[in-house]
Parts: sequence; C-alpha cells; structure tokens
Amino acid sequence: MEQVQLTIDDKQVEVPQGTTIYKAAKQVGIDIPVLCYMNLEDIGVENKPGGCRVCSVEVEGRKNLAPACATEVFDGMVVKTHTMRVINARRTVVEFILSDHPKDCLTCKKSGNCELQDLAIRLGIREIPGQEYAEMSTYKTDYSPSIVRELDKCIMCRRCEKMCNDFQTVGALYAFNRGFNAAVAPAFEMDLQYSPCTYCGQCVAVCPTGALTEVDHSRDLIDAISDPNTTVIAQTAPAVRAALGEEFGYEPGTLVTGKMVSALRRLGFDYIFDTDFAADLTIVEEGTELLDRLSKYLEGDKEVKLPMLTSCCPAWVRFIEHHFPEMKDVPSSARSPQQMFGSVAKTYFAEQINKKREDVVVVSIMPCLAKKYESQREEFKVEDNPDVDFSVTTRELAHLIKEANFHLKDMEDEDFDRPMGESTGAGVMFGTTGGVIEAATRTAYEMYTGNSLDEHIVFEQLRGFEAIRKATVDFNGTQINIGIAHGLGNARKLLEDIKEGKSEFHAIEIMACPGGCIGGGGQPLHHNDTSILKARQQAIYREDENKPIRKSHENPEIKKLYEEYLGKPMGEKAHHLLHTRYFDLSRKIEIE
Amino acid sequence: MSRIKVKLKEQDLNKIQDICKAHGNEPGELINVLQQTQEHFGYLPAEVQEAVANELGLSVAKVYGVVTFYSFFTMIPQGEYPISICTGTACYVRGADNVLQEFKRQLGIEVGETTGDGKFSLNCLRCVGACGLAPVVLVGDKTYGRVAPDGVNDILSEYKDNKE
Repeated sequence: MEQVQLTIDDKQVEVPQGTTIYKAAKQVGIDIPVLCYMNLEDIGVENKPGGCRVCSVEVEGRKNLAPACATEVFDGMVVKTHTMRVINARRTVVEFILSDHPKDCLTCKKSGNCELQDLAIRLGIREIPGQEYAEMSTYKTDYSPSIVRELDKCIMCRRCEKMCNDFQTVGALYAFNRGFNAAVAPAFEMDLQYSPCTYCGQCVAVCPTGALTEVDHSRDLIDAISDPNTTVIAQTAPAVRAALGEEFGYEPGTLVTGKMVSALRRLGFDYIFDTDFAADLTIVEEGTELLDRLSKYLEGDKEVKLPMLTSCCPAWVRFIEHHFPEMKDVPSSARSPQQMFGSVAKTYFAEQINKKREDVVVVSIMPCLAKKYESQREEFKVEDNPDVDFSVTTRELAHLIKEANFHLKDMEDEDFDRPMGESTGAGVMFGTTGGVIEAATRTAYEMYTGNSLDEHIVFEQLRGFEAIRKATVDFNGTQINIGIAHGLGNARKLLEDIKEGKSEFHAIEIMACPGGCIGGGGQPLHHNDTSILKARQQAIYREDENKPIRKSHENPEIKKLYEEYLGKPMGEKAHHLLHTRYFDLSRKIEIE
Repeated sequence: MSRIKVKLKEQDLNKIQDICKAHGNEPGELINVLQQTQEHFGYLPAEVQEAVANELGLSVAKVYGVVTFYSFFTMIPQGEYPISICTGTACYVRGADNVLQEFKRQLGIEVGETTGDGKFSLNCLRCVGACGLAPVVLVGDKTYGRVAPDGVNDILSEYKDNKE
C-alpha cells in the first residue's frame, strides 16, 4: 500500500494511505482523546461515527477542525493536536456533553471506571456553562434480569449499537429520537426484556458511561451470607480467575485462582466450589450426547441432528430462541455448567450436608451478564426456588472484596473445598473460545476410540482468536469436523449454513462474547484494549497446563457423583437434573 | 416465556409486502418504503414497523430509530383533516406562531397530536412556497392565506359543519 508522510505536532510520521489521523498519531505516541470512537482491533470492530468531536484537531489549510478518528491522512498533511483553538474546542465539546448529563458521579455505578469522567478530569473541567439551557431527558430507568439502562446517561456514542447490531447481529438496540432526547433503546422504547436482547452484555462492556450497567446482586449476597440459617455456596466460573486480578492492579493474564478462593472464604461463604467441576460434568453429558448422535448418524439415521451445538452460553441459547427458533433442537440439551452446578448442589450436596433445599443458597461468580438471566429462567427452579440464587459478576466480586477491606495481593493461595471444587484442565478451558470443544474432544476421543490421549492432550487446531475456526480431528479413521465461533454474528454465519444444509460440521462450539467468557460482559472493563482478552486466554491455557488431571471424565469427584448418585451419563436422573429444553421466543407477525 | 405476537390485518400486511417488494426488499430502501407505507396508512404504527422490518430483514429497533429521527414520519394517526401551519421564516415573522397557539387552544391538542374524535391533527411545516400569502395554513390539500388568530374559528367550523 502507498505510504504517505505527514507531520503531527512537529513529529514526522509515515503511514499507509487511508490511515486516520488518530491512528497515525498513536503510532508516534500522541494520545488524542476520544469518546465515541472505539476500536476493538482483535475482533475487527471499529466504531467511528465522528459524532462527539472530542478528538478534534487542527489541519493546516483546513478551515474547520477535523475529527482525528474519522479523517484520513494525506501526503504532506500538517496536524496540530494541542493548539489553543483545539483545546478550547475540545473543552467546549465536553462541556456540552456534560450539560445534559446527570451530575451524580458520587453515586454512579460507573464512577471511577467512566470514560466521560476520565475525560472531564483530563481536560480539567471545573464548571459546566450553559447547563441551565440543557434539557435533561426524562427516560425511566429500565431494569431487565441482567442489564440496567439509564438513558439519561447515554451520550449517543453508539458503541452499544455497534456491538449489538454489527458484531452480535442481535438488533435489540438502536439510536432513536433527536437532540436532547436522543438515546439508544430497543424498538418503541420497550423494556429490554421484551426485546430480542440476549443479555450478552457486550453493550455494557463498551459503554463509556453509566448508561448501561449490570443488575447488582451484591447486597442480596451479603444478606444471605449474614443469615446464620443459610448455607451459602460459591461457584466460580473459569474466566473469573483469569481477570479478577486486573481489578487489583495485576497485569492482564495473571491467574489469581488461589487468592480468589481465599477472598471468598474470608467473605464468609460456607463452601467455595468451582464451576469447573460442573464444566467437567457438562463435558461428560455433552460428550455422551455427541457420541450418541454421531453413532446414530454413522449407522445411517437421517433424523439425527448434526452438527450438535454447544449449549453452555446462555446468550447464545437466547439468540437461537429468538432468531433461529426452528433450530432449537440442534443444540445439546445439556444445561450450562452454572445450572448443572446449582442443580447438583441443591440435591446431591444438600443431602450430603443434611440441609433442605430452601436453606442452601447457591451464588455463582460469573464473567457474564446473561448468567443472571439464565439463573432466573423458570425451568431452572423447583417450586419457585432457583437452582442458582444469585449470579454476580467478576466486577461485583471485586467490589465486595474491596468493601470488606481485603486486598487480593495480601491473600494466601487457598484451595477449593471438596467435593464440588475438584476440577480438571478440561473444565477450566470453558473460559475461552475453543475451550469447550477442546475439552469435549478430549473426552469424546477417548470414549470413542478407547485410546488414551495422554501424549497429545492439546488440540492446537482448536485454539486461537480468529472469529470462525474450522478443524478436523481424526478419531481413529473417523474424521470429525469441528467448527468454532465467538461472537453471535459469527455464529449466525454457521447457523445459516446449517439451515441451508451446507454445514460440513459434526460439532460446533459457540460463545457469544469476544474471546469467549474471558471477554464476557461482567469482566473488568477492557476499555477498548482487546490485547487484554488475549492475555486472559493465555492464562486459561496455563491453568489447564497446571492441572494434574486434564480430562473431564477422569475427575474423581465426577466419577463418584455418577457412582453414588446420578447413575449413567444421559441416564434418567442425569436427564432430569442436568438437561433442559429450549423455547421459541421469536416475534411472529400474525394475521388478525 | 411466551412469544410476543404482532397482529396485522391480511390486506394491510399484503400492502406492506407489495411496497417492500417494489423496492426489491432492499434494506437500503427503508426510507422510501416507510414514506410509501405512511402515504398508504396515514401513519406508521408499531405493527406496521414490525412488518416492514421483517420484510426488509432489518431489526425493528433500527426501523423505529429511523421513524423517530425524521420529523416527516409519525406514529400517531392523522386526523380526518390534517392541519399544517407553516412556520417558515416569512410566515413566522408575520405571526404564524400566534395562529398556531390559537389552533392549539381551540383544538385542545399539541403539535403532533390528533383530537380525540379523530377529526383534526396539528402539525408544523417549513415553507410551502406561498410566502406572499403568509401566514399560510393547510387543511388537507386546501390552502388558506393571510390567516390571523381570529380567523381560526372560521376555518375549523368549515370542517365541523362539513360532516353534519
């Protein structure tokens, strides 16, 4: 590509034609402030509506200021990023944005983590002229099972819209109205819970302000812990241990498993268990189901649904229920690890400790917002008592730890309790894209071929960060085609193929979030730096490597669970406790 | 967990499908499709937007976003006699605002609303190209020039009587 030379603040830069001023400046270490602009490089998502004008710069020979995020460079261009004119314009822009923005920074959930607040601090905004003329919008706060929307705090950057429409192809959120009343919302401003929203939480993950946040269950959690009559059980999802450290100043990709367990114990949980245990259980059930479908297929059964799709991701499940209801019998019927855990904890384990179901509270620590919604689904309740009582995010856990005057760095490494804290390297792989299918492959391979995998436990072809990955695994002469997608837009492509009968796969893993659960909507905010997600992925791989047992079906506590309680995988009891069904949630236009 | 249903009359759905088809069911034709759809129905209720979204393969949220962005589109059914008051520069300086206030007072509605009996709806527009007649009021296709607030009653009674 043709190179062009330009000058930015007296620095010479050479960049390919078509580069924006913002990117060229970044290359020479000039950090032009942005607000609406978002570049998630590793997943190919760029939002540059050029709307907020915070990144305005002066270009020699151009009358008006140019938005650096959306203006392409040209040969000989001379750019100034901090002249008096630029600084005044930038401050005015931010003052305007603040003029109709709520001034509740002290109590706002996003405080300390808000890009608008950071910008106001960076520019030294001390007063907001003109706020008496600004019209505050009067939208009511919308509470869905997972996501809270405070439209007064929407600054119309439209990053959420980008994620919801372009990356996820969900189409729940879109900008509506104009002027002071402009905001982003579902059609007809309906509550999010009635929209096709999947609760993936990617809108929350990119929202620069407090307009989109998670439903906070940390108070309920403290209540439960304080009640002496209840036994409170924690389960921690694989991806949490790879990200929690970031909230306490650790480098992205630092594993804090032992410290996390220690913190949970000191917070007062009665049992600290691991969702990885349930992930191993999921693999045994899902692997058995896959082999069952495969052998039927190989015997010539044309009715059998292949490829089998994974079903651990609740946002993905809701996506298929909303957008592809005709395919709702394609995913595995296995419940997600969170729900398998809850179901086993409130039966098998409750019996072991002689507790009644109502006296046991199961709390899940998740990287995910959709898990909050999933835990409240009717089919996961027994007489109105949910298998998982509360689901809190990695961010909420970090707050709880800080509130309790702990610092993660001061914590000793401790181990999970038994039995439901025992897990394998396969279980922890659930935290990253490709991990569930790699875990399933380890088990399915050994079950199918009868050979041991010990020498080649890692399936490199399933790993990585590309949006859609394809691999073939040799099951002793039977070639098994595996597909992997992260991001619902990528999943949609694979689904369209299945619908048209073009799919060559036997099994497909889908995770809704970029990078899988490590990039979930409940994780510490990446503030547009997707290299953080890659670091978390490497941490998950390291955790797998560190585990003495790396195949789900070899987890001794899982074996015991089947022997003592469940019977056979996919057996009657397992079916009742560990499997589920899916519903048609689509909007249908009917003739009156 | 139940499905959300959207109900439409068969002929209405057919009409929407015809309009969309005439535009090749192209998502990029959304604004043209909405314009023709509004021409047919008089307004764009939620069900109609759902159907348009469905035909063009767009999210309803996006269709709603476009409908609320352009002031030309409305989700409120227009009255039998839609009243438009020009508030362009010429009309405005010659007192269009006073005329507008009088219409609002007599009809008991705000701009963009329709009277309870469905008879009148009230809207503003910018310049009909008859500045010599300022201030100008349109009722349906009929143009009234040099309207003063005390002429509002006469205009309205023309249509009130019409029906009886």
